[in-house]
Amino acid sequence: MKKEKLDAVLYGVLGLVVFLVAWQLLVMLTKVGMLFPSPIEVFQRLISSAQGLVGKHPLVVHLGFSLLRVGIGYLISAVLGILVGLVMARSPMGNAIIRPLFAIIRPIPGITWMPLFILWFGTGWITQLGIIFVAGFSHMVLNTYDGASRTNPKLIGAAQMLGANQTQIFRMVILPSAVPYIFSGLQVSLSSCWMAVLAAEMMSATEGIGWMIVSGQNNGDIQQVLVGIIIISVIGLILANTMRGVESKLCAWSVRGR
Amino acid sequence: MSTNEKTPKVAVSHLTKRFGDLLVLDDISFQVSTGEFLCIVGPTGCGKTTFLNSLTKLYDIDSGEMLVDGEPIDLHKHNVSYIFQEYSTMPWLNIEENIAYGLRIKRLPEDVVRERVDEVIEMVGLSQFRTYYPRQLSASMLQRVVIARAFATKPGLLLMDEPYGQLDLMLKYKLEDELLKLWQKTGTTVIFITHNIEEAVYLSDKIMVLTNKPTKIKTTIDNPLPRPRKVTDPEFVELRNQVTDLIKWW
Repeated sequence: MKKEKLDAVLYGVLGLVVFLVAWQLLVMLTKVGMLFPSPIEVFQRLISSAQGLVGKHPLVVHLGFSLLRVGIGYLISAVLGILVGLVMARSPMGNAIIRPLFAIIRPIPGITWMPLFILWFGTGWITQLGIIFVAGFSHMVLNTYDGASRTNPKLIGAAQMLGANQTQIFRMVILPSAVPYIFSGLQVSLSSCWMAVLAAEMMSATEGIGWMIVSGQNNGDIQQVLVGIIIISVIGLILANTMRGVESKLCAWSVRGR
Repeated sequence: MSTNEKTPKVAVSHLTKRFGDLLVLDDISFQVSTGEFLCIVGPTGCGKTTFLNSLTKLYDIDSGEMLVDGEPIDLHKHNVSYIFQEYSTMPWLNIEENIAYGLRIKRLPEDVVRERVDEVIEMVGLSQFRTYYPRQLSASMLQRVVIARAFATKPGLLLMDEPYGQLDLMLKYKLEDELLKLWQKTGTTVIFITHNIEEAVYLSDKIMVLTNKPTKIKTTIDNPLPRPRKVTDPEFVELRNQVTDLIKWW
């Protein structure tokens, strides 16, 4: 590991340790302890939750439900988002039809659709997946559209001059040159979907990390709320880094992928 | 001589191109023989790039015709390569994939692709950079990749639009010599656009001088100088001065 990178990791760990020590001292030495558990207590609760049940399920099952929901919703939003983005970028008519609709719908936060979805579909999986889909979809469309519509015309010209037909130009120039933009969309979209699944579970689920947090709130169990928040943070971090790793493998050629 | 030998590689007749009301190319006609190295020179802004882009139908033309081997140009059928002023390597492909790019577009068998890539990558001296990406190479190396990509397809017609315009002098000389070696080895027909008269005299069999807009052919001069050429030879200097006088519009 390079020295600068090692330094960055060390400083990061140092910052975290200082934060945890300050939290622990604050709880031990002030009245904050009456409202807030110490980091040691939260950590102990995390361990006991992992070994026992939280509500009807073990912690790992709650996490599994959340990941399954986000996985399905994210996959659908990514596939459809890429397709719509490509259609908008390559078909003037498609762009003319979709763009105005998209301009109206895009500024509406995904969570706003929740009451409507609950009225239409109840509080089950369709509503949860719908919210996750809406959260990720617009990022995918916009990034794919940007990437596919900004292809360097010189590269298209070079392929044309080498005898490429329209299908080859799409497959061998436009699509690969859009890949870094698509990855950027996949990253932002994944974060949004992860946030959306928690919101969806808080309002319309009987399991999952989002449900765990709301359940902790309803029972006045601050430790359970904090355990849920820590899991959200760690999983969010793992998902973002995993996506970054995939990008650096698949986009080694681009500045973003480096 | 057979009929085939009489057919010129390129025959352009009455090529005319306008941008709105502005007449850019005015009724241009000329021919290039197979294996010939034609350099096109002209005053800055006279429309040299427009000329080449019109020839290849990258721009729509208003009237005229361009025949390759006696037939209207068809980039899917005729084996044409075009080297642009700017680098046009595909950034997501490594160097050997870039060189193989045109061959894969033409759907040649993989063993032929490998063989041709090996051949030209050696010629342009990039064998040890096969797996590098374009962002890892210098400007001159990228231009060599583009030249290798063009030559790998064994083009019957190679079009070059000021390909060395942005390179330093030493590198330009080196790449000019590499181009001549490749041209002599493959026998391809080359149309090379440049604003550098010395470069035109150094490379060409024939030099076509264009006028200011609306662009016409002012004259075409044969270049009989023996190869390899020296820029300091009196005959070289004389021809260079002759072309320079033809380009002067002041």
